[in-house]
Amino acid sequence: MRIHLESVGFAYAPDVVALDGVDLTIEPGERIAILGENGAGKTTLAKHLNGLLKPDSGVVEIGDWSTLEHSPAELAARVGYAFQNPDDQLFERTVRAEVAFGPKNLGLSAGEVDRRVRAVLGLVGLAARADTHPYDLQPTDRKLVALAATLALETPIVVIDEPTTGQDAAGLRVLAAVLDRLEADGRTIIVISHDIDFCSEHLERGVLMADGQVLADGPLAQVLSQTDLLARAAVEQPQMMRLAAALGLEGWPLTVENFIADYERQHRPQGGRP
Amino acid sequence: MIELENVNYRYPASQQPALADITLQIKAGEFVAVVGANGAGKSTLLYALAGFVPHFYGGDFDGRLRVLGHDVAADGPASVVGQVGLVFQDPFNQISGARFTVREEIAFGLENLNVARAQMDERIDRALALAGLEGLGDRSPFALSGGQQQRLALASIVVMEPELLVLDEPTSQLDPVGTRQVFEALDRLTGERGTTIVIAEHKLEWVAAFADRVVVLDDGRIVEDAPPDQALVADETTRPGLGQTRYTRAGRLARQRGLIPADRPLPVTLSQAIEYFS
Repeated sequence: MRIHLESVGFAYAPDVVALDGVDLTIEPGERIAILGENGAGKTTLAKHLNGLLKPDSGVVEIGDWSTLEHSPAELAARVGYAFQNPDDQLFERTVRAEVAFGPKNLGLSAGEVDRRVRAVLGLVGLAARADTHPYDLQPTDRKLVALAATLALETPIVVIDEPTTGQDAAGLRVLAAVLDRLEADGRTIIVISHDIDFCSEHLERGVLMADGQVLADGPLAQVLSQTDLLARAAVEQPQMMRLAAALGLEGWPLTVENFIADYERQHRPQGGRP
Repeated sequence: MIELENVNYRYPASQQPALADITLQIKAGEFVAVVGANGAGKSTLLYALAGFVPHFYGGDFDGRLRVLGHDVAADGPASVVGQVGLVFQDPFNQISGARFTVREEIAFGLENLNVARAQMDERIDRALALAGLEGLGDRSPFALSGGQQQRLALASIVVMEPELLVLDEPTSQLDPVGTRQVFEALDRLTGERGTTIVIAEHKLEWVAAFADRVVVLDDGRIVEDAPPDQALVADETTRPGLGQTRYTRAGRLARQRGLIPADRPLPVTLSQAIEYFS
């Protein structure tokens, strides 16, 4: 399902402009990182996708729907949104009930609800905690419950706001598995994140924001190679790109594997590879 | 400054020990990072240093714990007030909500210590600058972004000028620029004022660049206590909850591919990686 934003403007108050002339088209199955410092407008943009916010000017279209003509409840069938703070989203007494809430509201059969709950809890590694009260979980696990609840809706578009905050190495592996699954299923993934290394390893297109505007939009490596724009957006390069630049390597490696490939190509003598 | 000897602790109604046989000494002016998986005991250890565990939480505590000469396990946080500052992970646990502006919020602790007005203003200005909140002093704490609130929580503790500053993931809500500001501010505190820092943090790239020492916790136990370039290079299969910086991963992969001699020590920071690959 295609997402199309045209000249979108939004202000929380007359002097607090959060989005200023945003144009953005996202094709089905794309994997997008929305990058920028705190206050750049990333979350405001994301909240326009599921109709929690409506544009003051311009249009936001999700497939053939304008968000001006559809309620957030209707849009929830098309756009899943995992909040930055899970406590904005959780209200049931058990993890299982929390995750089942959305699918039940879609009017699915009990069997289908159960299948989805099992699948997503397995995916986020919380199958054993299905009967736990969400507030008896660590905050980072609550965040995974909120993500699971969003995934259980099986929407064609999934927006995840700051998924890596507070996660340890094991939590990051879970998130990586979730993104791999969404990619395999061909769903559109939009991740808002400060974690540039995580984005570099799992996403393909970057939308760089500052002061409510899109500064750059394109393949992630290309966006992250524009150091002048990154400085304006207060976004740092991923670790491997900084290392490659410091070593004078050619190329803009996003991942450890990209970096090693670039390094190997430029440091092996000609024909020296056994 | 800090001495723990065979400290064991279990939260009430919990079967598992949160801290198991912890022996640890931290000297004045050290910058120590506590790392490990979520649930490994990082926050509990920090709360113990500030006197909150077991004082407020109850549970079973044994072993010897001295902070600045005080028996904080017995006497609680009041025994070290003004000397030990704890910055909570969630800024909402820190911000009083009883104050209308950021400046008033930062003044809260100083008022309780009867600091003179003129001195108070100067200290608040310094704390605002250190936390990167200049120009926001007259805002409501609740009109700040999550990242700004986290830095307000830091400012409201730093303004007390504690000898020991204990911070529980103080950068979790911050973007890289905000994270850099916090680590550089902490570095200045140790450098200029000799403040002792104990910080729990997942962002190993920053730990590697700033900490003198890294304490790795696993299931409530200390499994490593060493400088970052030794503590953070463990293979991910042996420390699955800890992770490692991309510099270390790249170093190991280059070693496996035979691109770099195996006897060259693995890098944990950018500057070490530049040397490693040059």
